Amino acid sequence: MNRQTADHATLADKFNEDEPRVDWHDQTLWWVRAKRDKMAWSIPEWEQLRETASAIKLNALGNLHDYLVQFEQQAIQNGAIVHWAADAEEHNQIVTGILKKHGVRHLVKSKSMLTEECHLNPHLMANGIEVIDTDLGERIVQLAKEPPSHIVLPCIHKKKEEIGELFHEHLGTPAGNADPQFLTAAARQHLRKEFLQAKAAITGVNFAVAETGEMVVCTNEGNADMGAHLADVHIACMGIEKIIPQRKHLGVFLRLLARSATGQPITTYSSHFRQPRPGQELHIVLVDNGRSRQLGREDFRNSLKCIRCGACMNTCPVYRRSGGHSYHTAVAGPIGAILAPNLDMKDYADLPFASTLCGSCSNVCPVKIDIHQQLYKWRQVLVKEGYTTAAKTASMKAMSGVLSTPAVYRTAGKMGRWVMRAFPGMVNNRLNPWYKQREMPAPPKQSFSQWYEKNKKS
Amino acid sequence: MSSRDQILAAVKQHQPEASVLPSLEGLSGNMPGTLEAYRKVLEGLGGSLFEIKDESEIPALLAEHYPHLQRIIRVGDEQRAWINEDPHLLEDVDMAVVPGQWGVAENGAIWLTEAEIPVRVLPFICQHLAIVLPAGRLLPTMHEAYEKIGAPQTGFGVFIAGPSKTADIEQSLVLGAHGAKSLVVFITAG
Repeated sequence: MNRQTADHATLADKFNEDEPRVDWHDQTLWWVRAKRDKMAWSIPEWEQLRETASAIKLNALGNLHDYLVQFEQQAIQNGAIVHWAADAEEHNQIVTGILKKHGVRHLVKSKSMLTEECHLNPHLMANGIEVIDTDLGERIVQLAKEPPSHIVLPCIHKKKEEIGELFHEHLGTPAGNADPQFLTAAARQHLRKEFLQAKAAITGVNFAVAETGEMVVCTNEGNADMGAHLADVHIACMGIEKIIPQRKHLGVFLRLLARSATGQPITTYSSHFRQPRPGQELHIVLVDNGRSRQLGREDFRNSLKCIRCGACMNTCPVYRRSGGHSYHTAVAGPIGAILAPNLDMKDYADLPFASTLCGSCSNVCPVKIDIHQQLYKWRQVLVKEGYTTAAKTASMKAMSGVLSTPAVYRTAGKMGRWVMRAFPGMVNNRLNPWYKQREMPAPPKQSFSQWYEKNKKS
Repeated sequence: MSSRDQILAAVKQHQPEASVLPSLEGLSGNMPGTLEAYRKVLEGLGGSLFEIKDESEIPALLAEHYPHLQRIIRVGDEQRAWINEDPHLLEDVDMAVVPGQWGVAENGAIWLTEAEIPVRVLPFICQHLAIVLPAGRLLPTMHEAYEKIGAPQTGFGVFIAGPSKTADIEQSLVLGAHGAKSLVVFITAG
């Protein structure tokens, strides 16, 4: 799970070497997107729900200080122990500290993109603590020593035959058996043992209610509940943006989340954790890790409304054809590409360019984040701050010169059309990235301005 | 300055101007809260539903549809020893029959709390789950559900919609991931 250094384009190229797999990946995700559409269209109030969810999140961001204080007070009153972590390192230290205090050397974890963002697993391993991911998809990528490639569907990039092989190697299932039903049953048996042995369980948090101090965790598998209800210690890790004001607002978000994510009416389990069970310790770790900074970026703060449904990934023409790993960050896809540059502009300067700006992400987002507009704005910030490659900066500057001077623009257009006609080899070659996998179009005889001059009716 | 104070100060400094909370009026639309609507969604999730007069019909129905059950726990039964057992020992429970508080027609979910189910892990660790719900407790959407539930009275509550499932292997839907492999809902008259 080392940090990758190659950029999105290079990693996407690698993914694209296996064309049938890219087609399969593309179609699988589009199928999930289509399921989402069917669900959305079955609710006449869908757009009103999105609007309401977005407004609740805006209110939450505008009152975040007070809501966090209120949540903390309520949680303490409920018997939880609340921790605050400024960054990933502090988060990892807090979690390790709790585990060491209880002598835990072995624990179960349900899905938490925050712990992925903080690289908790390698940190725990370095401290001699074994962590078992219990979401089936996450367990599969953990056995494969890979990070998840999708926030909701962690092993969407894996074929069942590859999973069968992994299970054969690690869980002792018969070689060559790739039946999903059979493999799931094998994982159930394997992970039941882990649940029954674990002294501590880590879960993520989907929503934290300021009014009540409770946390809602959504799963289809039941792994968060199996872990948390059997372990002596429950550690819930959450970003500070997970706060919502009141309990009744859960109705809005739970109606949107699973429908947007996988096209289900709701996840199988929506668990409301408020108090530890008698004899249990409940720890809540509130993590900033750049969120308060993003809150201050006016153009990008709406990204903190995200409820991690993954709809923007399923619909994204770039994500579907480049794979989640090409984003080299815990949260891939369009939303990841606007969250990651906040964490590190240099490391993630490539991500806002991994988009066609088609806007499909913004159209499906259940909390109406203006994702494609933020991608466009990040590009400007990154060029201005000097984080893009010299070639990109130079070509952007040249382009800006051409586009801002009408005479130059007209001449350049004329020259371009002439070159494409006279020397097609100048553009139809491998040095032109637009020529890859496609033929260049025939150059038009005249520009639009010329056509308009000739055809306009006075 | 502690991390807590540091985070809160940064949040206070950077948070946008406060906006008003939106109204939740009208979000439910005309969603039906009927038994038929509920049944359709539940069956779509892989659950099954039986209409019964009262709970006395349950043992016979279970014997008919689940002939191989060894250990059955019925919440509300006279046998209550399991409540004080180590919850890990519930691992061999084949079927748990538990009471639900409210059912939601739009998504098949049923609200359960530890007020009725004294051991939190029971509805998750059992191999099969049955929930008993009076017909009059069906509601159209989540909005009505949260209205009825109101402020939390217990330390733990959960909406359960259908059996445990996963589609992580090539998007093939498999019932019975970590929780109950099947769910049967008994709707009682009244």
